[in-house]
Amino acid sequence: MMNTWTYARNLVVGLWIVFKRTFAKPVTVQYPEERPYLPPRWRGRIVLTRDPDGEERCVACYLCSAACPVDCIALQAADNPDAHERRYPEFFRINFSRCIYCGMCEEACPTNAIQLIPDFEQSEYARRNLVYEKEDLLINGTGKYHDYNFYRVAGVRTRDKDKGQGANELSPVDVRSLMP
Amino acid sequence: MIDWSHTALTIAVVLGGGLTLAGMLIWVERRLLGVWQERYGPNRLGPGGCLQSLADMIKIFTKEDWIPPFADKAVFVITPAIVVITALMSFAVVPIAPNFVVADLNMGVMFFLAMSSLAAYSVIIGGWASNNKFAFLGSLRAIAQLLSYEVFMGLSLMGAVLLAGSFNLSDIVEAQRHQWFVVPQFLGFLGFFMAGLAEAHRTPFDMPEAEAELVAGYHSEYSGMKFGMFFVGEYLSVILLSAMTVILFFGGWHGPWLPPVVWFALKMFGFIALIILIRATWPRFRFDQLLTFGWKVVMPLALINLLVTGGVVLWRAG
Repeated sequence: MMNTWTYARNLVVGLWIVFKRTFAKPVTVQYPEERPYLPPRWRGRIVLTRDPDGEERCVACYLCSAACPVDCIALQAADNPDAHERRYPEFFRINFSRCIYCGMCEEACPTNAIQLIPDFEQSEYARRNLVYEKEDLLINGTGKYHDYNFYRVAGVRTRDKDKGQGANELSPVDVRSLMP
Repeated sequence: MIDWSHTALTIAVVLGGGLTLAGMLIWVERRLLGVWQERYGPNRLGPGGCLQSLADMIKIFTKEDWIPPFADKAVFVITPAIVVITALMSFAVVPIAPNFVVADLNMGVMFFLAMSSLAAYSVIIGGWASNNKFAFLGSLRAIAQLLSYEVFMGLSLMGAVLLAGSFNLSDIVEAQRHQWFVVPQFLGFLGFFMAGLAEAHRTPFDMPEAEAELVAGYHSEYSGMKFGMFFVGEYLSVILLSAMTVILFFGGWHGPWLPPVVWFALKMFGFIALIILIRATWPRFRFDQLLTFGWKVVMPLALINLLVTGGVVLWRAG
């Protein structure tokens, strides 16, 4: 009998607790009007960035393509005769219908060229529109690293020069400043 | 002498109002469930999302109306109509205000009980005609449920009938001018409301259409407007349950200051909200629990209630 009373009381108390929610503010973020805050390190759309001089950072090393767990990055390296025979990607293609936004490409990139940015609004009506070519990926900016220029960062010591002594080379980086 | 124009108008109002309300309830229920789950629910289409039902209706009309090849076609097609027809037929005896009733039958209560029993057939033969094991299990549960609630549904509202001394619903409302029957007939109210929930297949007694275990129960195979008919039928029976509870136990149209129709509508919406609140709160019972509860607890209580009420009525009559 006691059990029945507890049971009945619990049912009514439950009703009251749920009824009190009438006056609670909904937790919903009404998306298209209200935008959620996305942290700067949010892993969203992938872009190819440029160095501070406005040149492409990508050196077509294929590391992003190799690191990609779903093989959604395809590129072709070429040498640019106008710029010291430096390598650059002839084409650079990311299939966003495959991309899982894991950020492995960004981690693998030695030149900070490929970066994930806080943009997730990539819906398309046709699947083929999710394949981004180089002109879709390349942006006119430096992305998250404003002063980084791969070609100017101090390289290794050689017979002729010390670290950071070459032409257009910056002095070596204090590794303790590279904390995340 | 029947005033035909008055009757025709009443029929139009009850039919149109009932069906519109049933359609709107789909939206009301989703909004209220949203409120009680701290979210918004459908709020995009129209002011506050109130045109959502219209959009649902357009969608459901343009959907493919598929009849499974293994189904019993004739029965399969006729079933959804039975739900809506029986629910709408019951509205004929619902007195909304004085002289505002389609058919003021002197056996109104019995007519309502008969129609609600007939509505159960649609569930049973619908699940049978679908020839699908989940639908069939839903029907089996509906039968088990029917056997348990139908008995105490009739018994628990007999108290109100005894006190009013009439099977006519208008007379029952009129008898509550000074005191609502919920006070002397609290047990009867609880029993009737519970049976009504089971009859409308609402939580916590929605075992025949338990989504979690039976896909959609007896209407698993239904699509398009046939499914829509089941849906409308369910909401019609929710409205009917609220209306009957108000009429039998909460004084129908009686209330101070406001016109009778407004009082009736207010009370009815209160009960509709309560039914939705119950859905937002309570879990589903197992159907053996409903059977045990129905036969071993509510049925004896309803009988005792009836006995005591009868005794009191006889004693008062001298």
